[in-house]
Amino acid sequence: MSLEVLLRHRFPAVQIDLQFTVPTPGVTVLFGPSGAGKSTIISAAAGLLRPDECRIVVDGTVLADTASGVWLPPERRRMGLVFQDARLFPHMSVATNLRFGLRRAPGGPVTFDEVVDLLGIGALLPRRPHTLSGGERQRVAIGRALLAQPHMLLMDEPLASLDAGRKSEIMPFLTRLKTALRLPVLYVTHALDEVAQLADSLVLVEGGRMIGSGPVSEIAARADLPLARRDDAGALLLCRVVEHDAARELSRLEGGGASFWIPLLEAPTGAERRIRIPAREVILASRPPEAISLHNIVPGMVRRIDPDAPRRSVLVEIALPSGALIARVTSDAIVRLALAPGRPVLALIKSTSIEVLGS
Amino acid sequence: MAARAVGFGLPLAVVTAWVLARYRFPGRPILNALVHLPLVLPPVVTGWLLLIIFGIRGPVGALLNDWFGVRLVFTTAGASLACAVMTFPVMVRAIRLSLESADPGLEQAARSLGAGRLDRLFNVTLPLASPGILVGAIVAYATCLGEFGAVITFAANIPGETQTLPLAIYAALQVPGGESKAAQLSLVALALALVGLLLSEWIGRRLNTLLGR
Repeated sequence: MSLEVLLRHRFPAVQIDLQFTVPTPGVTVLFGPSGAGKSTIISAAAGLLRPDECRIVVDGTVLADTASGVWLPPERRRMGLVFQDARLFPHMSVATNLRFGLRRAPGGPVTFDEVVDLLGIGALLPRRPHTLSGGERQRVAIGRALLAQPHMLLMDEPLASLDAGRKSEIMPFLTRLKTALRLPVLYVTHALDEVAQLADSLVLVEGGRMIGSGPVSEIAARADLPLARRDDAGALLLCRVVEHDAARELSRLEGGGASFWIPLLEAPTGAERRIRIPAREVILASRPPEAISLHNIVPGMVRRIDPDAPRRSVLVEIALPSGALIARVTSDAIVRLALAPGRPVLALIKSTSIEVLGS
Repeated sequence: MAARAVGFGLPLAVVTAWVLARYRFPGRPILNALVHLPLVLPPVVTGWLLLIIFGIRGPVGALLNDWFGVRLVFTTAGASLACAVMTFPVMVRAIRLSLESADPGLEQAARSLGAGRLDRLFNVTLPLASPGILVGAIVAYATCLGEFGAVITFAANIPGETQTLPLAIYAALQVPGGESKAAQLSLVALALALVGLLLSEWIGRRLNTLLGR
């Protein structure tokens, strides 16, 4: 199953021209600087803006296709829309807000109790929107959108107006939602931590164009994309907890066809975790070092070497059996190790440098 | 009489305010001017125009008289009509302001949740504009009680039927020794005006708190 988006629109300032297809269900994050055209995609998908040319197909259902004249108005399109500001109706209680879409929907699999439970908003039901905190408001807004039984959930920077504390309060609910509801989600953000925690597929947008799209673990490790040019660039791997070594206080995770030791994790074996390995924390070697505190020596193959001139460094993309790592090193290191695309290399990663997300 | 004027005028004022606030069309400036005309025109002129249009020989008045036997001139109903016309701009203005200040994002949200045009109007837009609508109605009611020029021209000054407060005061002043009656009536007018203003203020604040503003 897949989500297919094609969009062409000319604004006075920017020309939007992009097309991508991603698998469903799952969270597709549209990532890029503000003004790149991400929100336009959301508006067009919701039907609030009619672009010059637009085609949106979810799991074979054509929601919009200007070429063949299919253009449903927003009220008949059944897209769950979550805005940056929660936009709850101030004259209704939380419960009435939640039921607004439910009452108008033709019926569907999402039930009131399920959503209330999933988002932990049971205690808020009789309250008025203006008495809620920003995080609570956003949770209610998400619940309201879900209860309208949408074909798809569209989220336009839903956490952008929240401070770090509120953000971390709401993030667990979003990750829960991801697994509980098999609903395609299109999620717009310019915050990398949201990408790391939520994205299954990543679409990079810049200046109205798509500059890269694919599974998040693949895109995050690409040395040629702007993501790698950030200070916080790093690889993302979807891992499974395989064993705990209580005596050594270590846990072993497997993902991307490699195995990683990290400080003991409080999670059952078999649990899924995302890990992030920052590019600047990866050391490259051509031979395994001896007598070293390091736990992780991961063999891989150099796939690509791209210079990052402003930082006087080089980005090395390392292919793993089913994933990739990215390392930031100096160009001198490349020369000394005689690295080139296609050559084998060892990635040395401190167990304490590996960030476990969503735990 | 004033209640009837507001009762008939309010729905029409809501529709007019909505049209003026939401739509751009060729005749919009003309409609806008027409609505606000009674505000700037001398009230006597408004009353006279009503007399011409709704008089027994007027184009509309004749029809009403022939078909329904309804006579507006020099009746309570006529006084209500005159009041409604005079207070119409006040109501439209108040409602339009609150419609324009309502967040269009909420309507977008309602749309995405499956609410059609009328559904949105009755369940989102109008409740959000309710402070403006209520305040407009209260101010209009108070203004009705004090209407003079248009009523005396169109509906005359018939005690108990078409006599508004200022008309009664004016009539009292025309009679020798009527000053005390005029003073009493003036006090009533003052009290009504004050209550009206305070009430509109209070209700407006209550509703805004309810809406979380």
